Amino acid sequence: MTEELHDVRLSVNGTTYDTRVPARRLLSDALRHDLGLTGTHVGCEHGVCGACTILVDGEPMRSCLMFAVSAVDHELTTVEGLTNEDGSLSPVQQAFSECHGLQCGFCTPGFLTTITAGLRDNPTPTHEEARDMIAGNLCRCTGYQNIVKAVERAAELVELAELVETPAPEAGR
Amino acid sequence: MTTKLMGQKVQRVEDQRFLRGQGRYVDDVGVSGSTQLLHAAVLRSPHAHARILDIDVEAVLDLEGVHAVWTYDDLAGLAAPMAEPLPLLIPHPALTHGRTQYALARDEVNYAGEAIAFVVADDRYLAEDAVGRIRVSYEPLPPVVGIDAAREARALVHEDVPGNIGARLEQNVGDAPAAIKAAPHTLSLDLTVERSACTPLEGRGTVARWDPDINRLQVWTSTQSSTGVRAAVAVKLGLDLGQVDVITPDVGGGFGVKINHPWPEELLVPLAARALGRTVKFTEDRREHFISSAHERGQVQHIEVGFDDDGRLLGLDVEFWHDHGAYTPYGLIVPIITSTQLLGPYKPHNYRVVFESLYTNTVMVTPYRGAGRPQGCYAMERTMDAIAAYLGKDRADVRAVNFIQPDEFPFDQGLIFQDGRELEYDSGDYPASLEKIKALVGWDEFPAFQREMAAQGRRVGIGLACYVEGTGVGPYEGAHVHIETSGKVKVATGLTTQGQGHATVFAQLVADELGVKFEDVEVVTGDTRRMAYAVGTFASRAAVMSGSAIHLAAKRAKEKVLKIAADALEAAPEDLEIVDGVVSVKGSPGASIDLGTVSVLSNPLRYAFDEASKAATQFSVGDPGKPPVAEDDEPGLEGKDFYSPERATFASGMHAVIVETDPETAEIKILKYAVVHDCGHLINPMIVEGQIHGGVAQGVGGALYERMAYDESGQLLNASFMDFLMPYVTEVPDGIDIDHLETPSPLNPLGIKGAGEAGVIPSAAVFAAAIEDAERVDRPALAITAMPISPSELYTLRQEHPR
Repeated sequence: MTEELHDVRLSVNGTTYDTRVPARRLLSDALRHDLGLTGTHVGCEHGVCGACTILVDGEPMRSCLMFAVSAVDHELTTVEGLTNEDGSLSPVQQAFSECHGLQCGFCTPGFLTTITAGLRDNPTPTHEEARDMIAGNLCRCTGYQNIVKAVERAAELVELAELVETPAPEAGR
Repeated sequence: MTTKLMGQKVQRVEDQRFLRGQGRYVDDVGVSGSTQLLHAAVLRSPHAHARILDIDVEAVLDLEGVHAVWTYDDLAGLAAPMAEPLPLLIPHPALTHGRTQYALARDEVNYAGEAIAFVVADDRYLAEDAVGRIRVSYEPLPPVVGIDAAREARALVHEDVPGNIGARLEQNVGDAPAAIKAAPHTLSLDLTVERSACTPLEGRGTVARWDPDINRLQVWTSTQSSTGVRAAVAVKLGLDLGQVDVITPDVGGGFGVKINHPWPEELLVPLAARALGRTVKFTEDRREHFISSAHERGQVQHIEVGFDDDGRLLGLDVEFWHDHGAYTPYGLIVPIITSTQLLGPYKPHNYRVVFESLYTNTVMVTPYRGAGRPQGCYAMERTMDAIAAYLGKDRADVRAVNFIQPDEFPFDQGLIFQDGRELEYDSGDYPASLEKIKALVGWDEFPAFQREMAAQGRRVGIGLACYVEGTGVGPYEGAHVHIETSGKVKVATGLTTQGQGHATVFAQLVADELGVKFEDVEVVTGDTRRMAYAVGTFASRAAVMSGSAIHLAAKRAKEKVLKIAADALEAAPEDLEIVDGVVSVKGSPGASIDLGTVSVLSNPLRYAFDEASKAATQFSVGDPGKPPVAEDDEPGLEGKDFYSPERATFASGMHAVIVETDPETAEIKILKYAVVHDCGHLINPMIVEGQIHGGVAQGVGGALYERMAYDESGQLLNASFMDFLMPYVTEVPDGIDIDHLETPSPLNPLGIKGAGEAGVIPSAAVFAAAIEDAERVDRPALAITAMPISPSELYTLRQEHPR
């Protein structure tokens, strides 16, 4: 069962990784098991739960529905790449902590990446828009109550941050 | 004085790693290690019931990258006990026909998904390729699917289990049949609850490593009982307990399914690690979780009730049939809980309950959050609603006349509970809860709102459901508190954690008791190397059991601190206090010593490792005329203790919901959801509310959407997240109103009761009541008797009950 391997160069969170994978290697598996970025979680492997969501050129994508070989030439951002450069939590991460927006933490990376992109596109969501923003991700612990609060709190934190500093350039858009 | 942390909304310490992608779940173990992992995959039965005639692994044996291919016939040669059936963990005497599966099927399969062969390869892709090449010949046998088929018993799941009846259990208080016969009014109800499942986002997973240099096995597994897995692995692999370490890292949700153990893979992975001398990993995929991990809930119930003109229960006679699937590894826990917790906050005076636990050719049934209580609550609360409807009374009033009153505690229901102890409620105040829930949901104002909506052509309904939850069952939990020479406090408890914030709430308790800073406390759970004696995280027991044990262990450590500090400060221990990690003489702040130094002094040293430890060498401290460690003492600043209660404590609560049903489409919309909850003293209200939120969402799923759609041949038709309708944010209430009542438990030092399962218990009952109430506007005879209820099912009910 020898498989043809492909050299791929993946750009993840601003770092370049060279690896060799078979064509069928899922991007989620490549991130986790080949690159060691285990923050991205796999909950269903059929694109429904959203736990494996990462940003591909800034857009949320299910990394279990992409092959690693098709991620070449794209900028990937995983949960490990959301933290600010100084190591502090991003507004979305901070809001999750303040609002108790997570329990077991398994679905959390997918929510964080999804909301990060969502707030970039719509920095001042209404309550209904905040709920819509997370409507494609499953969480089995929180009942979503505090995740919705976290979206709204993150929007406040982004706004506060923008009042005091120049916004950082958007990654890869 | 340090601020008391018990009762405060302290933010969780574990969040930092989760939010940064640094959580450590089982599938993350070994990824960056120096040894290359091997990966396992399992061949599972495509048939619900079949005889295995032949397994041909020839096409797999010599495949490059494949390291092992095992079937049942290989097991005895690897470890003799592996060829025996898996353990029956809770062997209740009423379980007269308990059956468990083999780690790999022997001769026969009894559900679609049962493990048949085990392959280990260089990666999971190759292992799955290999599994696909194994050829099995089957002789299909007639499958038994669902409770009706099990009762008919035209086919048998196990040839030697007559009538498919694994167990029959009856309990009696007074004489219910006679009391019902003599009652002024009687009613009977037939109810059905569907199967559902825990479905945590992280499925099962196990990694094992055998270290030949020290003859020890290390196992990481996503479980709710590390010590249970440890014992099972040791027995099955023929090892001493002391040769096996089980570590449960972060767990991506459990909700009950991970309390069953050992799973076949939890034994096969360690077996492979030892046999191959390599680290081996198994990570369950989603389809495997649906077809080979456990389900719960499926029951059919028949209720006879007798009552007076006020709706007061005079006699209650309940018969139910419980679908326990193909095997009974977890015994009768679920139906026993249904049969006892059914009574809720009420006293029926005369109660008879009998259940039969039945075999079917479907995956086994073990506890799912609530564990049998949702079904019991459904039976009792549907009965309350039926009585109110029959008498034309307010549903809340009928409940109120049946409540156990606050001055009647402790209240003995006269039954034996799931832990073999008497079902005796420790404390509660149900009338106060009822007042709170009525106010919170607007119960008294609802009829006016309902009329107002009706005038607009909208139909709304309200439901109410009450429950009591036995939490904090024994036998025990333990804790170890170690104060380091740095002043940091390391706490270990053996139970596991799967998102309940144990690292935070337990640190709150230790900080309070020891007088140290919250951030100086670090809690480790689920590591048998740190605490070898433990039971597990289930039945809302962690806060009660481990919380109490940690409190007691911290108390012991504190006693030692005060003794040593009193010597050092030449003061009496009772004159000392500890604030922010510094021991000082009360009212004399100059005389003080920090905890780290006390820890140094607790351990008389021969060698000085640093400046601090110089102070503890034999030349520096102690009376030369006495041994450095006194006869009744030991070195180090530690406290260890166990908490073991006489019986469970009883949390309680009430839920109310307002729904709107669409007159055309029968779509069901939640307008308001309210919860009143009593779990005694709260350690961290933020975490308790989070538990309630999650429970309510799972309850919504169970009440309105989730069912395990088995066809008549035993195939699960909805074994994916595309087809199994778990609630997204779009399906849960937008806001859950919560009010707390705190009636402390007299059974433990902190006065706490468990809170983990409460949110899910009344869901089926409360939604059935609210939907029925909405529909009765124009269909007074419409009764909801089967849950979950989908729009199409409600639509059908409407056709059967014309206006």
